[in-house]
Amino acid sequence: MALPKYTETRYRIWHYFYIAICTFVFIFLIAPLFVIFPLSFNAEEFLVFSEGMKNLDPDAFSLRWYKDMVYGTKNPWGLAAKNSFIIAIFATLGSVILGTVAALGLSSRHMPFKGIIMATLISPMIVPLIISGVAIFFFMAKAGLAATHTGIVLAHIILGTPFVVITVTATLSGFDHSVTRAAASLGSNPVNTFMKVTLPLILPGVISGGLFAFVTSFDEVVVVLFLAGLENTTIPIQMWTGLREQLSPTILAVATCLIILSTLILISAELLRRRSERLRGINR
Amino acid sequence: MSSETKQILTTDGIPLEISLKKAERKNKIKAFLLVAPLLLFLIITYIFPIGEMFTRSIDDKMITNMLPKTFKSMETWDGKELPPEEVFASFLSDFKILVDKKEHGKLAQRLNKEKNGFTTITKKLFRQVKRNKIDETQSIKEQIMKVHKRWRNLEYWQAIKRTAPPYTSAKYLKAMDMYLNEDNKITQVSEDRRIHRILWLRTVEVAFFVTVFCFLMGYPIAHLLATLPMKYSNLLMICVLLPFWTSLLVRTASWMILLQQQGVVNDFFVMIGLVADDNRPEMMYNKVGTYVAMTQILLPFMVLPLYSVMKTISPSLMRAGKSLGGTPFVAFWKVYFPLTIPGIGAGCLLVFILAIGYYITPALVGGASGTLISNQIAYHMKSTLDWSFASAMGLMLLSGVLVIYWIYNKLVGVDNIKLG
Repeated sequence: MALPKYTETRYRIWHYFYIAICTFVFIFLIAPLFVIFPLSFNAEEFLVFSEGMKNLDPDAFSLRWYKDMVYGTKNPWGLAAKNSFIIAIFATLGSVILGTVAALGLSSRHMPFKGIIMATLISPMIVPLIISGVAIFFFMAKAGLAATHTGIVLAHIILGTPFVVITVTATLSGFDHSVTRAAASLGSNPVNTFMKVTLPLILPGVISGGLFAFVTSFDEVVVVLFLAGLENTTIPIQMWTGLREQLSPTILAVATCLIILSTLILISAELLRRRSERLRGINR
Repeated sequence: MSSETKQILTTDGIPLEISLKKAERKNKIKAFLLVAPLLLFLIITYIFPIGEMFTRSIDDKMITNMLPKTFKSMETWDGKELPPEEVFASFLSDFKILVDKKEHGKLAQRLNKEKNGFTTITKKLFRQVKRNKIDETQSIKEQIMKVHKRWRNLEYWQAIKRTAPPYTSAKYLKAMDMYLNEDNKITQVSEDRRIHRILWLRTVEVAFFVTVFCFLMGYPIAHLLATLPMKYSNLLMICVLLPFWTSLLVRTASWMILLQQQGVVNDFFVMIGLVADDNRPEMMYNKVGTYVAMTQILLPFMVLPLYSVMKTISPSLMRAGKSLGGTPFVAFWKVYFPLTIPGIGAGCLLVFILAIGYYITPALVGGASGTLISNQIAYHMKSTLDWSFASAMGLMLLSGVLVIYWIYNKLVGVDNIKLG
């Protein structure tokens, strides 16, 4: 952002001040993520940059904590990772199916009581997690599903569907309904129309909703803390206990892996968003 | 030519109007059936349990079911002097049933909550009953009164009467550091025991300041992102989106590393000579840590709505403002800023709602002076197992959030929530 030559000095100063503030905020946002990265390769047990690391001494770096993460016996990261993925995948599937079908209904102009139903469907997103946790715990305890994978999956479906509903209804808002009518007039039944015509068009929205649901489930700790038993430990639970008791460098190794995972998710979400905008003919 | 219009019929002879209505109804049912599975699922697993939290929070049926006869006979007692023989007799018969069921301990516990001193006298009465010392052919009132002097005290019988209703507001009053005293008047607990009000105030305070910080930091960068050319802004957008997609626990962990006494932030302060090396300030396990970490974690929720609003503002408006003689500051304040108000409303309320129910970050970096009301709810759910109290506090928090959400809906509209 170059300034025109005629800019007065005070506005020039203000402009550089503004750039400085923005730089500071961007550093504030992103820097914490990068602190974890080098520290996870620390050869020592302390969570500070050692003298060797500051001098870039290769001996000060090691893969020790990554080995501990994979082979270590103290923290069951393997079990936690397995559980996390299983739970997140099933929760995503459930959220996507229930949420997409509901979004199709909600986007219909014939839908009765749209406002109140929409409010109900997205309520798990607005209600503070701690309250959702208490309520879901009461239900799961009664249904005998506390401390089971099924219970946690159901809980995460509750928390994940609002994202799917919102992204898919947003995609459907730019949807040209005449294509489904055209399909119907050509003799296609509704299911076939959905699979062959509607779904391919709204797929980016569905997948990005699914990504939100996946991340919600994969990262969720409050509700799981109420529901999980020892067998159902997940990565967030392990991190939570680890952070509460003792901050070990192994956690940083795990955190680095999670940052890489979230970078991948961010890239796919961005690509999907652009594709969806292209499909819906939104040009910027 | 007749003036009346002919009814239009469809091919199968049904009037068009009726046929259309039928089709309309069919469509309505179709749309509703699509929503039904999710709606039903949420109502059963989520909405009902929240309702159950309410019944749980006001429920006081346990004691009502324990002393049914006593409360029945107490109905006619005015509570001004010791109850008549009849009340004593029915109390004894209720008590005997409880002793048989081994539930007299629960009764003592519940009554002791109402008035201190019940544990001892219930135990004494229990011993007498167990030894069959009470002769039912004689005055039961006289005999019970002899067990302990407190059974002769009017206040204790009044306390029993107060527990009669099956519902109680006690948990809600407790959450506000209040209770019902002997005369059924709402009283405050003594000053050194008022912990909950401090927590409520702190929760609102933290949520408010986090919102303010997020706004102050989010506005400039949202403006920069919206005005920069696409190729630069896309790159900088990653700085906002990457934290947004990164695990909450990862971000909290990195703040714990940054803010610790030997951490990077303190190192930096020492390096620029702001603090002495041996006098590094404590920045974690207090409010500072909570503020810093929560602001960074919630900042994307402020930037994204602001950005999506600012993106729609044409840059020519500012140019027009300036060309009409406004200084850049005036043009910004009179033209640009008012146009961003919907975004400000959305961002602030979103951040406030999220901050007010925050649990994980305050629990990890907050320490004792940085914990919020949600930590208290979790504490009562997991440690003291006083679920009805946790439910009461949860619902109070929820009603606060719903009020804010209602304002949000009035100002911005729920349909305008945008993600990513």
